[in-house]
Amino acid sequence: MKFTFGGVEYEGQEGETLAAALVRNGVLGGFRSLYRGRPRGVYSAGEEEPNALVQIGSQPLQRATLVPVEDGLVAEPLAGKGRLVGPDSTRYDTMHAHCDVLIVGAGSAGRGVAAPARGRVLLVDGMLEGVEITLGRTWVVGLYPGNYALAVERGRRLWRIRARHVVLATGAIERPPVFPDNDVPGVMLAGAAARYGDPVGVTPVSAGWSPRVHLWSQAGGALRWDDRIGAPVPDGQLSGVACVGRLTGEGLPDAPPFTLPGGDEDAMFVDLERDATVADIRRAIGAGLRSVEHVKRYTSIGTGSEQGKLANVNAIRVAAELLGVHPGELGTTTFRPPYVPVSFAVFAGRNRGRLFDPVRVTPIHPWHVAHGAVFENVGLWHRPRYYPRQGESMDDAVLRECASARGRVAMMDVTTLGKIDVQGPDAVEFLNRIYTNAYDTLAVGMCRYGLICRADGTVLDDGVVMRVAEERFLCTTTTGNAGPVLAWMEEWLQTEWPDLRVWLTSVTEQWATVAVVGPDSRAHLAALTEIPLDADSFPFMAVRQGEVAGIPARVCRVSFSGELAFEVNVDGRRGLDLWARIYAAGEITPYGTETMHVLRAEKGYPIIGQETDGTVTPQDLGMGWIVSTAKRDFVGLRSFSRSDNARPDRKQLVGLLPERRVDEGAQLVPGPGHVTSSYMSAALGGPFALALLARGRERIGETVQADGVAAEVVGSVVYDKEGARRDGRPA
Amino acid sequence: MLLVRCPWCGERDEVEFSYGGQAQVAYPADPAAAGEEDWSQYLFVRDNPKGLFRERWVHTHGCRRWFELERDTR
Repeated sequence: MKFTFGGVEYEGQEGETLAAALVRNGVLGGFRSLYRGRPRGVYSAGEEEPNALVQIGSQPLQRATLVPVEDGLVAEPLAGKGRLVGPDSTRYDTMHAHCDVLIVGAGSAGRGVAAPARGRVLLVDGMLEGVEITLGRTWVVGLYPGNYALAVERGRRLWRIRARHVVLATGAIERPPVFPDNDVPGVMLAGAAARYGDPVGVTPVSAGWSPRVHLWSQAGGALRWDDRIGAPVPDGQLSGVACVGRLTGEGLPDAPPFTLPGGDEDAMFVDLERDATVADIRRAIGAGLRSVEHVKRYTSIGTGSEQGKLANVNAIRVAAELLGVHPGELGTTTFRPPYVPVSFAVFAGRNRGRLFDPVRVTPIHPWHVAHGAVFENVGLWHRPRYYPRQGESMDDAVLRECASARGRVAMMDVTTLGKIDVQGPDAVEFLNRIYTNAYDTLAVGMCRYGLICRADGTVLDDGVVMRVAEERFLCTTTTGNAGPVLAWMEEWLQTEWPDLRVWLTSVTEQWATVAVVGPDSRAHLAALTEIPLDADSFPFMAVRQGEVAGIPARVCRVSFSGELAFEVNVDGRRGLDLWARIYAAGEITPYGTETMHVLRAEKGYPIIGQETDGTVTPQDLGMGWIVSTAKRDFVGLRSFSRSDNARPDRKQLVGLLPERRVDEGAQLVPGPGHVTSSYMSAALGGPFALALLARGRERIGETVQADGVAAEVVGSVVYDKEGARRDGRPA
Repeated sequence: MLLVRCPWCGERDEVEFSYGGQAQVAYPADPAAAGEEDWSQYLFVRDNPKGLFRERWVHTHGCRRWFELERDTR
């Protein structure tokens, strides 16, 4: 087979690595060091290789000692880390494994443990493969508490392994001696040279062996310095983790005594990948550094992509020699995952592109797509933001949609609102404790706007609570908060009030909801339903059951725009059908979240999470009216009288009428304060904003600067302050 | 990754759970009677020991039940 290295073609053999093929072809150099540009060549035969880094196709930072040679392989030498080239078409994946025994290293010690082991046994090796090896060419890169291991198979597949017992049989790495020009091409670790067949021109070197203590240390195992082998070895016990073979130091030869030879210390390389020398360590110590952690950071020894596999023990020995102390007194630098470099793509696995995040869409989604909606992400939901007509910008479309909702009739898919079914004999008591207002006074067939606070009095969420039956309610939440609000309710029910007989169920996806909004909404719906819609028979905040467009429906008279509006709820599977029939029943404008935001902001309705940030109380929002004074207690009540929540200089929600549109997030001067929402208003014929402003309500009528734009402070309701439009077009 | 023992489901990976802070910090029986200092302690002040710590966890991606466990933070 043929392969190319640095533009030259060579002959490769089946089963050998790129490094082995280069050495066999007489290529002992071919590489350059990162900082000093010194000629370098293959130095080792494993993952500790500091010199022979190559780029292969799109993949940088490949070690020639680990890459199997293949026909047509094209490798370019790298100095340093290289770069990703072009799109990466490699497929990555993740696997989970549970086993009784995980054995890391398939040398003689590892195989010796695997042979008699019972139960589910995983034998893993980074270099080797073969029938008796469960996962070949698979590096265990991290070992964590609880015997949780991360392994990477062939650079492509991540294994998440939970093992009852871990046996480390990771062996030892040969240590290079430190002498002048110990980095020149041809100088090679003795074990590697032997592996490559002791080729002509190679100078084999060795200064003993250092056990691969990395995983043991990562998992929390202690180390002690072993004078006989001149390196740290595992010490003490670790629950569920055992060390065998040469990792323990057993079977390793005695290390030759360590002395610094004379000569040019600036050519005595300690970390070849980092071009760091004995002279650098001497400089670090001369600067007053004593800890190996500090020496590491000063010299950058051990910070290359091979992470000091060759360098670190030598660095300790050199530093100890220069300081005149025993190397055991210096300890080691901290061993952290990953043991070998892992590409981010491996961790991403299949969770890329379309699969990066789950996507939630409503049953009406196909209609929105077919009608050219522009979508925005709200949590995992894809919601229509606006429906541009030919040539319309977003601002054009939103002004048109707003004008329709305020002037005629418009419709919106509000299916994504969270819905929680609350039932049980104690449901009223439960809601009374969770919400700031009272629910014992809510009649069956009516609904009520509600606010949920945290115990510290800040606003958590808002929504509408509908009393479906004596002991059954339907609570809506904001779109992004459906999960957290259900979890919040469950937490209080389970941990503080287990005596309450209440059951909570998420029914968000069981219902599809269409809001029909505007002064002509009554007339539009009247063509589709027998339910009497006049204001007397169907008052504000009432709920009616019946059929809409022939579909069984629950209709609520609620409004998030200030206009006359009906929200039609049907079985989720009939949602698209309902939407299409309402759309076909006469001229009506579909609108998206952007128009919804403008309409609600004109009325001063806050969006929890936009106007609020976790420090905002109902009083700050000017919503003291929704805080019950009759209830003995509810979550948040006690905190309203905390001195901090009674501070007169708190930020309060106000409206702004700026000279031109300002950015959301703009700081207000004099403040403190900031813009929370900012839009163009079709109804006002100009820009407006909502803001949190210190002492805001006292400052109505003043002028503030928002990023240099003058703005008049006004009340938070900038349109229809009297609420005259709630029942339809004012007479 | 921690291995967490749910009393209902058994041992599962930490990612299935959510953390709920120190255990046995009960909501005061009569909040209205709590002084400013006591109430602030309840809201904001928690132990942070090096060693055994009794905590609340919830099996969010499992049975959704809250439970207590003891964790060694060392």
